[in-house]
Amino acid sequence: MSVTTADQRELSFRRPSGPRTIRNALATVYVALATVLAIIPLIWVLYTVITKGIRLVLTSTWWLQSQRGITPRREGGGAYHAIVGTVEMALICAVIAVPLGVLGAIFLIEYARGTKVARAVSFTVDILSGIPSIVAALFIYALFITIFGFGRSSIAVSCALVLLMLPTVLRSTEEMLKLVPDSLREASYALGVPKWKTIIRVVIPTAFSGISTGVVLGLARVMGETAPLLILVSYAQGINFSPLSDTMGALPTMINSGRDQAPTMPGYERVWAAALTLILIVMLLNLLARGIARASKLKEK
Amino acid sequence: MSVTDTDATQKVEPEPRASADPRLSPVHDGGVSLHSPVPQVAHHDHPPGAESREAAVERPARGVKLARISRTGDLVFRGLTGGSGGLIVLLVIFVGVFLLALALPSLLANKDNFLTSRNWTVSGAELRFGILGLLWTTVLSSILAMAMAVPVAVGVALCLTQYLPKRVSGPVSFVVDLLAAVPSIIFGLWGLTVLGPFLAPAAEWLIRHLGWIPLFSKGVDPKGTVFVASVVLAMMILPIVTAISRDVFAQTPRDHVEAALALGATRWEMIRTSVLPYGRSGVIAASMLGLGRALGETVAVMIILTQPAPGSPFSPSIFAGGETFASKIANNAAEFDSPSKTGAYIAAGLVLFIVTFAVNALARIIANRGQAKS
Repeated sequence: MSVTTADQRELSFRRPSGPRTIRNALATVYVALATVLAIIPLIWVLYTVITKGIRLVLTSTWWLQSQRGITPRREGGGAYHAIVGTVEMALICAVIAVPLGVLGAIFLIEYARGTKVARAVSFTVDILSGIPSIVAALFIYALFITIFGFGRSSIAVSCALVLLMLPTVLRSTEEMLKLVPDSLREASYALGVPKWKTIIRVVIPTAFSGISTGVVLGLARVMGETAPLLILVSYAQGINFSPLSDTMGALPTMINSGRDQAPTMPGYERVWAAALTLILIVMLLNLLARGIARASKLKEK
Repeated sequence: MSVTDTDATQKVEPEPRASADPRLSPVHDGGVSLHSPVPQVAHHDHPPGAESREAAVERPARGVKLARISRTGDLVFRGLTGGSGGLIVLLVIFVGVFLLALALPSLLANKDNFLTSRNWTVSGAELRFGILGLLWTTVLSSILAMAMAVPVAVGVALCLTQYLPKRVSGPVSFVVDLLAAVPSIIFGLWGLTVLGPFLAPAAEWLIRHLGWIPLFSKGVDPKGTVFVASVVLAMMILPIVTAISRDVFAQTPRDHVEAALALGATRWEMIRTSVLPYGRSGVIAASMLGLGRALGETVAVMIILTQPAPGSPFSPSIFAGGETFASKIANNAAEFDSPSKTGAYIAAGLVLFIVTFAVNALARIIANRGQAKS
């Protein structure tokens, strides 16, 4: 055995054997392909929606007029009624869901942390976050319309959306409250501030950015929901602000009501323009949420 | 006890200042009466040596008013938060109870076996409905979607946590998360008009070569098949499976990773021996959550799937149309006129609720068990 063979052997140890290198390379290719594959759908969907809908969305009538009196065969009209409906229903939903979610999260973290009750509540929140939107809608239908005897209304839609928004708000609030350092709470207690005031004046402001991220993401989620709209309210082509009336326009139902048009009809283009409008709103909300999260000072230590 | 004592003495010693500064004294008052019982109690428990101090304690109590701090604020706030927590639990219970209450009359009036029938006759005098067909399409499409989404999601999660530098992986994971923001109706519309025609050649190839298997037999027009619906569902559940797997992989103990690398493992061997075993329960839980989402997805599936004509024979193929629980309910939402008819659809919704409940609970249990182990 000369020195050179020993050297060679040493060199051969530097690189893994052939099959191992190949397997490693294959794995790299696999994860790279998977990542590319995961990005393609988003780009593809966005491309389709933008190319088919951009012409109408860039006109001012799209944002200022409703579809009142416009048939699929006619050009014209806009999505104002649907935007109003979507935003109004989401806001009413937020008015109910945000306090409930934030209070629930405070209960879990500040009052019941580590107890059996907290585990039970936390478990139901997990279940709630997995409830399909159609089941939430059926529940509200059963409660409001069959049992209480009200008619269909957009406020019923908002109530169904509450079930879908609640877990998002609650979970993000909970995560943020967990990050608030205990030293802040203790400093406040040491000054003789009661617990409830400590929570409202110290804990919540510290966690505020995280809570608003959750709220914005929740809004984005409920704005895109269609199933409750199908079951609980009828689509209106005109502008309607009243949450109690039984018809109201919304972007998802605007898409749904026009989706059977032949591609040559003017109504077909409006479907895609409505889709683009909806995507724009939802994406903007997502970017906003990311911006808030990024600007937030309270980062994990 | 000792805390009260020091509190009191600290307060006493700078007494002239405390009483001279009106801004200070109320704050101190609040502090004392909140966190200690009334100072007089302290007075009795003192050891005999501290008599001069005790005398001092009484003075500020006379000079500064020790108001009883009311606990109302705390009680109300605690009640509110506890009430919200309770309401959330009640909501979930109510969903089950109300759906069951409204479904029961129709279930009792049902002339067919609810679980094994494929009929769906809900108008007219006689109710004949069963969920077998719906169950098949729902489960088939969701499991196909999961089978397609999970391998990709695990790959993406590995790439984000183990391969890409942080600067790149942040934006990439944001893009994948954005996929979750696309509303389902847009996925449906896109799936029917763009993806369906795109996948048609692949579907035809599969039918030609594997058509002898019932699962791949020829069905309806290739645009509105279970196959297209599952591909779209896979895209919709991809972000959630990726996000959870990513979080689990990122938590792999640094020691395991470095131990593997120090033993000369390649990057893939390191992943196989440390990252994947550590993240297995998380990935399983994530897949179950994704499955739950896919089972309940409504509008995208409703738009894509071609509804079979009434009375047409059942086809188990993935190239057939069909209806899932959710799409069946949504398709007929406008026809909820009589209680018995509504009850039939609510019964379908109830089954969907129970199935998703079971899947989500299972996911949660698996995730918890994984956490307990590590």
